[in-house]
Amino acid sequence: MTNLFLALAAEGEELVEFGQGGQLHEWAWLILVAPFIAYILILAYGKKLKYEGGEIAVAMMAFVFGYGLLLWLDTIRNHTVFEKAIEIGRIGDGMVLEWGWVVDGLSSMMYFVVGTVGLLVFIYALGYMKGERRNTFFYASFSLFAGAMLVLVASANLAQLIVGWELVGVASYLLIGHYWEDKANSSAGMKAFFTNKVADVGLIIGALALSVSVGSFRIKDILDVATHHGDALGAPFFGSSVAVAGALLLFFGAMGKSAQFPLHIWLPDAMAGPTPVSALMHAATMVTAGIYLMARMFPLYQEMATAARPIMIAVGAATLFLTGLIALVQDDIKKVLAYSTVSQLGYMMVAIAAGGYTAAVFHLFTHAFFKALLFLGAGSVIHGVHSNNMSDMGGLRKYMPRTFWTFIIGSGALAGIIPLAGFFSKDEILGTLDYGGYTAVLWIAIAGAFVTAFYMTRAVALTFFGEYKGHGHPHESEGLMTVPLMVLAFFSVVAGFVNMPGFKFGESIVLRYTGFTEWLATRDFSPLGDHHPESLEWSLALYGTIAAVGGIALGWMFFGKDAATQQERDTVSIPVLYPLLRAKYYLDDIALALVGAIKGPVARFVDWTNTYVFDTIVNSFGFAAGRLGKFVYNVADQGVIDGVFNGSAGVASAAGGWLRKIQTGKIQQYAGALVVGAVALVVGFVLFNN
Amino acid sequence: MTLGPVLVLAALLFSMGVYGVLARRNAVTVLLAVELMLNAVNINLVAFQSALQTSQGVGQIFAIFVITVAAAEVGIGLAIVLLIFRNRRSANLDDFATMKG
Repeated sequence: MTNLFLALAAEGEELVEFGQGGQLHEWAWLILVAPFIAYILILAYGKKLKYEGGEIAVAMMAFVFGYGLLLWLDTIRNHTVFEKAIEIGRIGDGMVLEWGWVVDGLSSMMYFVVGTVGLLVFIYALGYMKGERRNTFFYASFSLFAGAMLVLVASANLAQLIVGWELVGVASYLLIGHYWEDKANSSAGMKAFFTNKVADVGLIIGALALSVSVGSFRIKDILDVATHHGDALGAPFFGSSVAVAGALLLFFGAMGKSAQFPLHIWLPDAMAGPTPVSALMHAATMVTAGIYLMARMFPLYQEMATAARPIMIAVGAATLFLTGLIALVQDDIKKVLAYSTVSQLGYMMVAIAAGGYTAAVFHLFTHAFFKALLFLGAGSVIHGVHSNNMSDMGGLRKYMPRTFWTFIIGSGALAGIIPLAGFFSKDEILGTLDYGGYTAVLWIAIAGAFVTAFYMTRAVALTFFGEYKGHGHPHESEGLMTVPLMVLAFFSVVAGFVNMPGFKFGESIVLRYTGFTEWLATRDFSPLGDHHPESLEWSLALYGTIAAVGGIALGWMFFGKDAATQQERDTVSIPVLYPLLRAKYYLDDIALALVGAIKGPVARFVDWTNTYVFDTIVNSFGFAAGRLGKFVYNVADQGVIDGVFNGSAGVASAAGGWLRKIQTGKIQQYAGALVVGAVALVVGFVLFNN
Repeated sequence: MTLGPVLVLAALLFSMGVYGVLARRNAVTVLLAVELMLNAVNINLVAFQSALQTSQGVGQIFAIFVITVAAAEVGIGLAIVLLIFRNRRSANLDDFATMKG
């Protein structure tokens, strides 16, 4: 693919450009190509290197980080919108398949997030994966994972987006099932892949419906039609318009990747992969893809597909609250974080469905940092304790101070403690919901904030406070792991300020920072649902803070205060609710039952057709082929071909047998033959020369 | 001097040589017979040279070459026969049929 890309770029024909940009933007395709080059290099040379290929991966991510930072800073400063595409094929008369890259507020922010989080996670992985199995393949797949996300983010058209989307799925499958010796791990990989595949059907049909209706895969063209309420998307389609149906199908696709209820079931199982994979997957490269798609297609949802938004809000609200509750009863620290991710993705979905484009993207931005921090912190703990279960931990703040303090910062950011990053983004979402008049959802979101604070307090208390209950001696992780934690902790503190109400540098400083909203929404639409006040709205911030502090207080009351009752303190047993949560709302069982119910008849039907239809066809073909084969064997093979070979061999053998008789070894017989020959020659000359 | 009797002599000598090569069993006798044949050829060469005025001594020069080559050939031939005799305690050509196919 890389070679194709370079060749096309070098050829430079059929280029479509849009917007304005300099050399920096012209060469932005390098960050799409770099991970794939790294992938090949790691597979080719990785085994010989000290970190088994990790060096190449880190170098590549450093490049992506640097380039992404430059692009992002340029976007902040100049509000650039740049699109470039290379035609690689045509379907029918009009539909053009293109490969291209977009640099605008949304995508350059994603480049920056993927680059930053990716680089830190890759460095962390150097320490975490030391001495593990198949590291070369791991780093290669990891690079592929990051590269796939960059392809997805950079795509200017839906066809390329699907390619990136599926590549992300494949890479995640490889990484989740990395320790495939354990059956559960490879099953988790398959579960992730298949759940995503179910949703991908929605994405593909939706993308095709929208693209074919508009006559172009280009997102810009589709959104142009959407913002002008064009007839192409207004056409009736199964009782609604193409726009609504397409938007809902795309949303279904996003439900899979972004783990919305009830398709979230793959994400907690995806914890089977190595912890760096979980961190990257939850922060930057996989679950954000669905939210990114929604944000990218936002004008469609705002203008023409408004009918889809109530459904999205309902799904998002259910996700944020219900999965937050499950996080309360998990013992595996990574699963607590996994359900927390699902819950936060619910926040983003609710925000975007309520029209809060900026709020959703802002939460994606801050969440990437503190969730990566929490996962890497959990990985550090697991590395030190050699167990995923919080019942084996406790009291670790004494043994792992750096991990402890960074984890506290991450938890605070996630719970929404002022002034950490999560506070501002969650407040923005609450503000959007309030502004849009979604009062019921607003209260669910506040309750969700309460639950978030509650389970994070539980996780911190069980992990870092009380007495150590595991085996062996826990130890602080090495610098390769703790330094990324500190950097991410820094980002978790400051990331919120980029969109703090009233935060403007104006023209006076180099950055010319004019606020998150201005550089993010550089396209020619304005998110109507956005609500970004000039200064903090203290009433809402107060509700959010009360929920967070209340959750922490309650959590501390249940799990932190009484360090003496060690064994019994890891959960609160509420009848009915507790078994329901432990069983994760029986969703896995429902899915299995559903699959089983469908599987039986389908399997029987397939079996019947197999036996009676296909077998007959196959058997008659087989019979005919058998007869033909026998005929060919007897006549052509045995008769003609073997005859020729055996005959010639026989002739040679007979000739040899006859000729060997004259080789007597007696020199005088040879001499006699010589004389006879000479006399014959002389006689011949004499007779015929006259 | 007429050419005829000389050619008859040469033919006789050559025939004796051929007979010796084909009929005698002793390797040394066979070599002697080969020499007879070579010398018959030499007689022919010298005879034709004296009969043809334009030949400018080519026949004699050729005869000298043949004598030289014959001397070398006999040297090698006798050496081979000697070695075979040492190994086999025999100079009978019928015993040396190891090249039989």
